[in-house]
Order: sequence, then C-alpha cells, then structure tokens
Amino acid sequence: MSAEYHEEDVPHVLAVDDNIIDRKLVEKLLKTSSCRVTTAENGMRALEYLGLRENHQQNHCNNNGSKVNMIITDYCMPGMTGYELLQKIKESSVLKDVPVVIMSSENVETRMNECLEMGAQTFMLKPLKLADVKKLRHQLTT
Amino acid sequence: MAAVSQLQRQFIEYTSSLYNEGYLDDQFTQLQKLQDESNPDFVVEVVSLFFEDSEKLLNNLATALQQKIVDYKQVDSHVHQFKGSSSSIGAQRVTNVCVHFRNCCEEKNLDGCLRCLQQVKHEYILVRNKLEALFRLEQQILQAGGSIPMME
Repeated sequence: MSAEYHEEDVPHVLAVDDNIIDRKLVEKLLKTSSCRVTTAENGMRALEYLGLRENHQQNHCNNNGSKVNMIITDYCMPGMTGYELLQKIKESSVLKDVPVVIMSSENVETRMNECLEMGAQTFMLKPLKLADVKKLRHQLTT
Repeated sequence: MAAVSQLQRQFIEYTSSLYNEGYLDDQFTQLQKLQDESNPDFVVEVVSLFFEDSEKLLNNLATALQQKIVDYKQVDSHVHQFKGSSSSIGAQRVTNVCVHFRNCCEEKNLDGCLRCLQQVKHEYILVRNKLEALFRLEQQILQAGGSIPMME
C-alpha cells in the first residue's frame, strides 16, 4: 500500500536541543520517521520560532506560516530548561494543545513526574532510538 | 573480488572487536541504521561533529581546571555535554569516564577531576583513532567496488 505524502499530511516537528550532535541525530530520527523538522538550539529560539516572545502571544503560525504539530525538547539546557519551555507552551492559549515531548539523559523519577504533571505528552530517555521515534510518530496520527 | 571479500572480513572482525572491547555500543548501530541513500554519509557527518565538539570540550575542561579557583559547576557542565554526545554516538568508554568525572565534580575533588580529564582524553583519542580506521576500511571496500557488510 503506497501513501502519497502531501505537505499537510507530514507532521511538522520542532526539535530543541543545545547539543549539536543530539540536534543532528533527533532531526534524522524524525525525518526517517516521515516528519518535517525544524531545529532550535535553545528555549528562547524555540519560543521565537513559535511566535511566543516573553508575554506576547502572536498567532500560532511562525514566520514561515507553517504550523507545528509537536515539540520535542531536551530537559537540560542552559538558560531555559526544557521544563521551563514546556511551561511557557502550556501557558499559551494558542499553543497549549501542541504535544510536547521531553528528552533527558537522566532517568530521574521526580523530573519525569514534574514534566508529566506540567502536561508533557511523554518523557523519553536519551539516546533516542529509531523505534521510540517511530512510535511517537505513530501517536501523532492516531 | 578476493581483495573485496578480504576487506569485508577485516571490516566485520574489526567492528566486532570494537563492540566486544566496549569502545562502541548499540547506539553506534542505531546511527548506522539511520544511514541511507538519501544520506549516505550520515555516520561520518555525525562522528565528525562529535570529534570537533569533543576537542572543544577537552580544551574548555583543561582551561576550567587550570583556574586558580575552579568553578566545578562549569566543569560539570562541560562533562555533561561530553557525556551526552559520546552517549549519542555510542562511544561507551568515553561516556563511562564522564560518569566518574561528574562524581569528582560533585565532590569538588580537583585531583580526581584532573585524573578524569586525562582518562577521558585518552579514551577519546582511542575511539577517534578506531573510528577513523573503521571509516578508512569502509572507503577501501567501496573503492574496491564492494559494499559495506551490515552488522547485526
């Protein structure tokens, strides 16, 4: 069965990570799982891309006008942590329903719980595997 | 064709030894799985990024540990980066030293940190040499007209 992917059918994912190797990796994992990917190197850049700057809420279309269907972010980042980014997204009336996935290299239960309580969709352990990302991708369409 | 199959055998033996000796772990296999026709140099690209990033981190670590008053939070932050990137490419022995290194940072143990720095540099150079040798082998196979064996 062949599927023809139209622009609108392919989920657009924003991937946020301060580590350049991890950014390249998560981008490839997502592209291999049939997603369109935009990467950001920190929380501030991510918020700018999403059209959220400080307390100003602009529309949910970014500069390119392409909607983001999911945000996947590292937890440990300098400046703004993944948790703080998650918080800002959940506080936004236009973005609060966009699923946010947190990635972390450390399996700390309190961290995981705090993220899930703040509304993260999933908490994933790094390094990410292709099987994990494919499962995530599948969840996006169901 | 004898040359190709000999090179391929060498490749398989060398790769297996890297896993058996703990230089590489399953995460490296994950990287190879992501390589395809649309991105035939993916592994080399990621690993090259790792080399560049690591060399920067090693310099930053050396500088941070040379300060009159060592900022252990800063040192730990560099080690955390190193741990993350080495883990992402499957450089297991480097990651393991980083774990120990972070403990020394937490304890503000300068001697421990200096020893870890030497150790992590050593492990990094080892894995870098081995990966470069692996990539050279791959090139030899391709240039001889063969294909890279898939490792399961």
